[in-house]
Amino acid sequence: MNAPMTSFAKPWTANPDGYRVPYEVFTDQAYYDQEQEHIFRGETWSFVGLDAELPNNGDFKSTAIGDTPVIVTRDQTGQLHVFKNLCMHRGALLVRESRGNTKSFDCVYHQWSFDLTGVLRGVPMRRGVRGEGGMPPAFDMANFRLDALRVAVMNGLIFASFSKSVEPLADYLGEGIVANIQRIFNRPIRIMGDYRQYIHGNWKLYAENTRDPYHGSLLHLFHSTFGLYRATQKGFTYMDPSNRHCLLKATASAAPTSASEDQEVYKDVRSYNTEFHLQDASVLAGRPEFEDRASLVINAIFPNLLIQQIANCLAVRQSVTHAPNAFEIVWTLFGYADDDEEMQMIRMKQSNLVGPAGLISMEDGEAVEIVQDAVIRDGKKTSVLAMGGVHSGSVDHMITEGPIIGFWENYARYLNLGADLKK
Amino acid sequence: MSSSSLLSSQSAASRKDKSSVMVPDDFMWQGYSALETQWRVERLLARYVACIDDDNLEEWPSFFTQDACRYEIITRENVERGLPLTLVFCISQGMLADRIVSLREANIYPQRWYRHIVSSVMIQAVAEDHLEVQSHYVVLQTRRNGQTSIFSAGKYKDRIVFQNGELKFSEKRVVADTHSIDTLLVSPL
Repeated sequence: MNAPMTSFAKPWTANPDGYRVPYEVFTDQAYYDQEQEHIFRGETWSFVGLDAELPNNGDFKSTAIGDTPVIVTRDQTGQLHVFKNLCMHRGALLVRESRGNTKSFDCVYHQWSFDLTGVLRGVPMRRGVRGEGGMPPAFDMANFRLDALRVAVMNGLIFASFSKSVEPLADYLGEGIVANIQRIFNRPIRIMGDYRQYIHGNWKLYAENTRDPYHGSLLHLFHSTFGLYRATQKGFTYMDPSNRHCLLKATASAAPTSASEDQEVYKDVRSYNTEFHLQDASVLAGRPEFEDRASLVINAIFPNLLIQQIANCLAVRQSVTHAPNAFEIVWTLFGYADDDEEMQMIRMKQSNLVGPAGLISMEDGEAVEIVQDAVIRDGKKTSVLAMGGVHSGSVDHMITEGPIIGFWENYARYLNLGADLKK
Repeated sequence: MSSSSLLSSQSAASRKDKSSVMVPDDFMWQGYSALETQWRVERLLARYVACIDDDNLEEWPSFFTQDACRYEIITRENVERGLPLTLVFCISQGMLADRIVSLREANIYPQRWYRHIVSSVMIQAVAEDHLEVQSHYVVLQTRRNGQTSIFSAGKYKDRIVFQNGELKFSEKRVVADTHSIDTLLVSPL
């Protein structure tokens, strides 16, 4: 718990042959604790849910920012609130259910009751019983509002922040990320359901994974095995100016590559094969639904959100941390409220591609764990990030590790400084 | 099957099971007594889980009907919210077979063994051409380090038909209580 903070002093190095990150960032409790305070409870906006999850007044859900439990609720006027899930009396979890609808939050321990705006409305035996006991005269219910977080909603995405000083959400995200949110959340959605994936690894290994276009065609072999993927497909890698967020985008409409070019690209790849064919290719059948015809959009939003569009498979993925070596991904897949039945079926079939059982995404959990398991006693050793040149920033291709470098540059700012975040 | 019927079978109406519903003790089905039908159903389930646990996954699709079939894994969490999202959604033999080829040739996952324990096999409805059967399952997972943990607990909701002299699943719906998937799910449950 109390590892010396001096270990944070410039652990990263950027040399011409690579950017290096010490593995202790994935294993050390001291980093984890600093992240909770300076990232998840610091100058950030964290994703906590979709407003379509809370359609009715009185709806609530419980979730977490980092590892801090929070409640998201829609009050009786329709206003959204996010509170720490912590009773102001003796610290019990106020909400013990995942979801529900209620008129008040009543702690089961001593039945202190809070309304949906966080105001303490009831304290049993406050005036005592038959003249005995009771709260002292100085006790003022107004002083025991639930701890409220700042809330901002963008196109139905609910974000919350512990910080009073973080910039407004749109500025925090930046224009390019806002544009992607507007692109995907362009009309009312219909929630299909959740997956929860518990991974025995550090949350930042997944943050790297989702900013890593290099691994796509090499780790995930579903497409190449069935002769479907083209590594040479055209894409770009965008980072917002703060390097917090990353947008990977590949288009389906790029000129198809030749078989010989694919064979050259894949000559070192273990499973490039055209011998196998899908017996039922309808799992990949879809409909173009975006003007830019992008087939793949992976938008990582610091610190805990990923927005995905893989063909017609739309999802948000929320990371919840549990420990240096454990986190959970909560996937919420969705379509649009105006989807016809055929489109609903397309999305159901394509859901086979993603999630913890996803034909093209299940490997990410394994990729995280094999790093976590290997680096356990080698905290001072470093990874090397060099593909595409040793620099962060946007590029017009996807053969790069630049977004991962950007992630660490931003991370270092958060952990070292806290106040000097504006670049 | 039209796509609309495929989706509507996951409607909110199926959220709560009346698991205690049981058919009379003395039914006849396809010429078999209730006792023999129960025995045949249990044998089908035993062969099904042995196929998976013994890693004979290439045979797994043959437990389903040829023409139209449905196999899905859904969490109880989604079922109770009335939401359709499944972890695995196969509505043809081809989709079942593709899952296995992908598992063998494409997917990357830790070495592990599954062990299915099936119990409480209950025939809940007897129609002329099919049975509706519920059973409970636990799947234990043994990882490469030799340690065994509970990977998934839940129930099977099966529709079983008689085809070419054998019992087959025309539908198998795995409703998993375990909605937090431990790392990943690659083999069928």
